[in-house]
Amino acid sequence: MLFVGNAKNCLIHPNILLAKYPANLLIQNPVSKELPSKKEHVGKLGYSYRRKIHERFIESILFLSALLSVVIMMAIIVMLVKESVVFFKHVSIWEFLTDTQWTPLFDDAHYGILPLVAGTVVSSVVALLVALPLGTIIAIYLSEFAPFAVREVAKPFLELLGGIPTVVYGYFALLFVTPLLQMIFPELPGFSLLSAGLVMGIMIIPYVSSMTEDAMRAVPMQLREGSYAMGATRFQTAIRVVTPAAFSGIAAAYILGISRAVGETMVVAIAAGMQPNLTWNPMEPAATITAYIVQVSLGDLPHGSVGYQTIFAAGLTLLLITLIFNIIGHQLRKRYREIY
Amino acid sequence: MKFIKNKSGFLDRTKGANELIDLRKTISNHKRWDLLFMITGIIALMIAILTFIALFAQMLIDGMPRLSWDFFTSFPSRRPESAGILSAWVGTTLVMLVTAVSAVPLGVGAGVYLEEYAPKNLFTEIIEINVTNLAGVPSIIYGLLALGLFVYQLGFGQSILAAGMALALLILPVVIVATREAIRSIPIAIREGAYALGATKWQTVSDHLLPYSSAGILTGIIIGLARAIGETAPIITIGALTFIAFLPPSPVTNEFPFISFEWLTAPFTVMPIQMFNWVSRPEEAFQLNAAAAGLVLVVMTLTMNGLAIYLRYRMRKNIKW
Repeated sequence: MLFVGNAKNCLIHPNILLAKYPANLLIQNPVSKELPSKKEHVGKLGYSYRRKIHERFIESILFLSALLSVVIMMAIIVMLVKESVVFFKHVSIWEFLTDTQWTPLFDDAHYGILPLVAGTVVSSVVALLVALPLGTIIAIYLSEFAPFAVREVAKPFLELLGGIPTVVYGYFALLFVTPLLQMIFPELPGFSLLSAGLVMGIMIIPYVSSMTEDAMRAVPMQLREGSYAMGATRFQTAIRVVTPAAFSGIAAAYILGISRAVGETMVVAIAAGMQPNLTWNPMEPAATITAYIVQVSLGDLPHGSVGYQTIFAAGLTLLLITLIFNIIGHQLRKRYREIY
Repeated sequence: MKFIKNKSGFLDRTKGANELIDLRKTISNHKRWDLLFMITGIIALMIAILTFIALFAQMLIDGMPRLSWDFFTSFPSRRPESAGILSAWVGTTLVMLVTAVSAVPLGVGAGVYLEEYAPKNLFTEIIEINVTNLAGVPSIIYGLLALGLFVYQLGFGQSILAAGMALALLILPVVIVATREAIRSIPIAIREGAYALGATKWQTVSDHLLPYSSAGILTGIIIGLARAIGETAPIITIGALTFIAFLPPSPVTNEFPFISFEWLTAPFTVMPIQMFNWVSRPEEAFQLNAAAAGLVLVVMTLTMNGLAIYLRYRMRKNIKW
């Protein structure tokens, strides 16, 4: 075994090591900064060269795997931007943002993202009208009202609900919810943003409720106890004390819920139809950005054609929307974590 | 102060008694709100639970008659009665294998690095922000990345390898976050004990931290894989064929070296794609097939999620530092 006898042979100067790691992490005597001589060290468990290299090797492998997340993000952005740039050479950004028709696969091609954005907005709004109120009520109930046993059962159950594949929810929307809604609104077509949005809302409930509940749980007990001591009831405490205190966390849950609804694919692709349609009426069929990408992928578009590039332009639009929401959401979440 | 009649119908003589009655009324009013909200909460919870039951019942009623041994052992077909999910579940198994093999080491490695090794600096913060951002990227975007990068740039084609790696990227944040949380919950004394005995950092991690956090990490891996099994959008995006009536080449061969990796580049289909294919057909008979496939898929994901929840529950119960 090769031992490091003095500071010269050391990969890193001991002073730096001591600065980097707490003194008791090092094998050498932490009090005297001089390393023992070579002779003294032989035969003892020591601070060996090979060991050091081994450690550095493993650290760099672990570092590379952590670095991968940055690489993936960069790759996503580079890939989407690269193909979109080619697309925007063909179609002006102005046309992309203002044209009211999206028919890239027809002979009379129009490239206006507006119909897809409208479909996305309508289906997300319907979903959020379901998910946010229900998710919040469930979270407040579970965190402030429910007995321990109910919470222990309900939380895993909601988690299971969140684990069901989205394609199954799509099936459910098309073959269960749409016929059900058609009993109430006979004029509802077979594909509609309404039924896709409703099911998407139910799907997002566990997501919103679990994050909202986490935020409410993070509110310290003393606030509640103070409120009870003043004679407030549970409801008053929940609404006037806990909810405002957890506000930024709840807002984060909402915003991440929005970004989830915007990026949801299979439910809308199955239940809302895949025809781009500039409408603000949830009773009509329409395509969302995600549904359009699915529609194109199902066909057989040659690599490098304009049709192929449109899905990257659509994907870039989607990524930008969700990234903005995600960044706001995580900032808010970080804030509520730091308060208490 | 308003006057309230007491039970006997006379006005109360003392102010104190009046206040008491007033107060009782206020309290019972407020308690009513409590009750009202409690009922609202239970109703909201019931809506979520009833939806789940309706979903499950719908699939059970439609799909149960189609579930038979033949359904698992036959290929998809143009005739709905004889169609099955053989190529789909084989494809799902192989894709999950690729996903697990690529996502687990990378995710655990990144988690260990961020929790144990990373210095507190700007770069680490960038990595951390990136991980949280990746978790929020819609799954279809990963599909676009895989389409551009794996399918065309690296030339994997529409293969099991490309799909498995796309899903691996998708579940990487889940594995990273689970690993970090599991390692973070180990008290610092364990690390100090190991260092005191002369262990290096890696020895501490591999001999102590990883084994002690294995249940938590496993939970994260299972949840990630359960999510990957049900993901449809990224696999559609890479252009996976939906009609596959053959199996990929077997990974085990008769000749030396007995293991073949040809299946990695084979075309494939997976359970959710098969289901999507059947759902989008107009014939009702195919939709019954979709229900049956959905039932199998839901049972698979529910089992995996249930296992994860059970593991977490046991862990919380058993480990007391």
